[in-house]
Amino acid sequence: MNNLWRFINKYSALFLFIIFFTLSISLIIRNNNFQRVSTLNTSNEWVGKFYTQVNNITKYIALDAVNKQLVAENVQLRNRLKSSFFDDNVVVNTVDDTLNRIQYQYVSAEVINKSVNARNNYITINRGSKHGIKKGMGVICPKGVVGIVWNVSPDFASIQSLLHEDSKITSSVENTPYFGPLIWDGENPQIATLADIPNQINLKKGTRISTSGLSVTFPKGISVGKVIKAGVKGGGSFLDISVQLSTDFYALQYVYIIKNIFAVEQQNLENLNKKSINE
Amino acid sequence: MNKVVIYNFLSFFVLVAVQVVLLKNLNFYNLNIPYLYILFIILLPFKTPKWLLFLLSFFIGLSIDIFSNTLGLHAAACTIIAFLRILYIGVTVQSERRENETTPNLSTMKFRWFFFYSLLLTFTHHFFLYLFEVFDITMAFNLFGKALLTSIFTLFLIFVSELLFYKKIR
Repeated sequence: MNNLWRFINKYSALFLFIIFFTLSISLIIRNNNFQRVSTLNTSNEWVGKFYTQVNNITKYIALDAVNKQLVAENVQLRNRLKSSFFDDNVVVNTVDDTLNRIQYQYVSAEVINKSVNARNNYITINRGSKHGIKKGMGVICPKGVVGIVWNVSPDFASIQSLLHEDSKITSSVENTPYFGPLIWDGENPQIATLADIPNQINLKKGTRISTSGLSVTFPKGISVGKVIKAGVKGGGSFLDISVQLSTDFYALQYVYIIKNIFAVEQQNLENLNKKSINE
Repeated sequence: MNKVVIYNFLSFFVLVAVQVVLLKNLNFYNLNIPYLYILFIILLPFKTPKWLLFLLSFFIGLSIDIFSNTLGLHAAACTIIAFLRILYIGVTVQSERRENETTPNLSTMKFRWFFFYSLLLTFTHHFFLYLFEVFDITMAFNLFGKALLTSIFTLFLIFVSELLFYKKIR
């Protein structure tokens, strides 16, 4: 027993190293593989409140750019108002609109923390389950797609950014029926790759890429980016397209969360299909 | 003794705050951000017990992790450099010197010794941090250059803060 104690004492540094190293590696693996809803991240209440305070001070710096962005968006929205169209209708009918039902609702939120340079990036916003935010909702900004809601606490939510290993947002080439997943390779935060587009189409530089509307997360036609390079890799039958993302993740200040009211209905129906095949 | 404890306690919080509020937003030419907070591990006194050294390194890493959504990543890298610190000091510094001097910094040690000491710790920390982040051993060679460039940036900040704040204290 005495010898054992002496042995442990002599190599205490090594033993301590093994203990703490195993502990941290197990934390990494647990966090990576299962994406557990852990309290030790930025959607945690305390950390969220801390970053809200920091953001209250730093948001003034970006105020100018944010204002310009909001004005531009206001102009765009005003152009769509009924009052801005010339009205040559003489008879005014009031019609109870039963054809157009609202499918998407938008909730605005402020970015209180974000990362851009890591391999897997997250964004924290000041809206949470109290405001009806749920895991898996889409997030956009005035310029384009931002990401998907990941963890939610009562007041905050963290977003898995487009700049993440596991983010695969289905996007399509504008004016064509072809679609594929948008993947970020982890190098440049302004460029991502669109895969699985068949190589018979001729792509020009500058062609717009937008969301496909094929998943329940994003409505169709939200801007993702522009084509800067397209090529076939290793004789395959699919194009690899480099896309210049339209969202500037460095300057992100305000975002919108998209609630799809029909999401549950659509998912239930699709799950029903799977069941009937198995039986 | 008491003064040393309070002093290190404060520097723990100051360095974590500087890292998560200020340095997090720094980046030049798509390089990664500098991690100045490891200065805390570099400057811990010689007489710190081994278990306390590991515990403090683990916790400063974990606090950075909580603020940047990377649970365990910084903690693992910090544990590695705590072990490396023990090995390096054990080999290069005589035991009587370890009794007399308080802490390994620029004013008590030779410049060359401190330079290699901080370079070794910084580079190892950055390299393993990136390696655990991608979790792919085949990427190790690619990460080498990235880690070296970012280490130069961190080292620069370490020496600037050494000259600004720690020289006067002794």
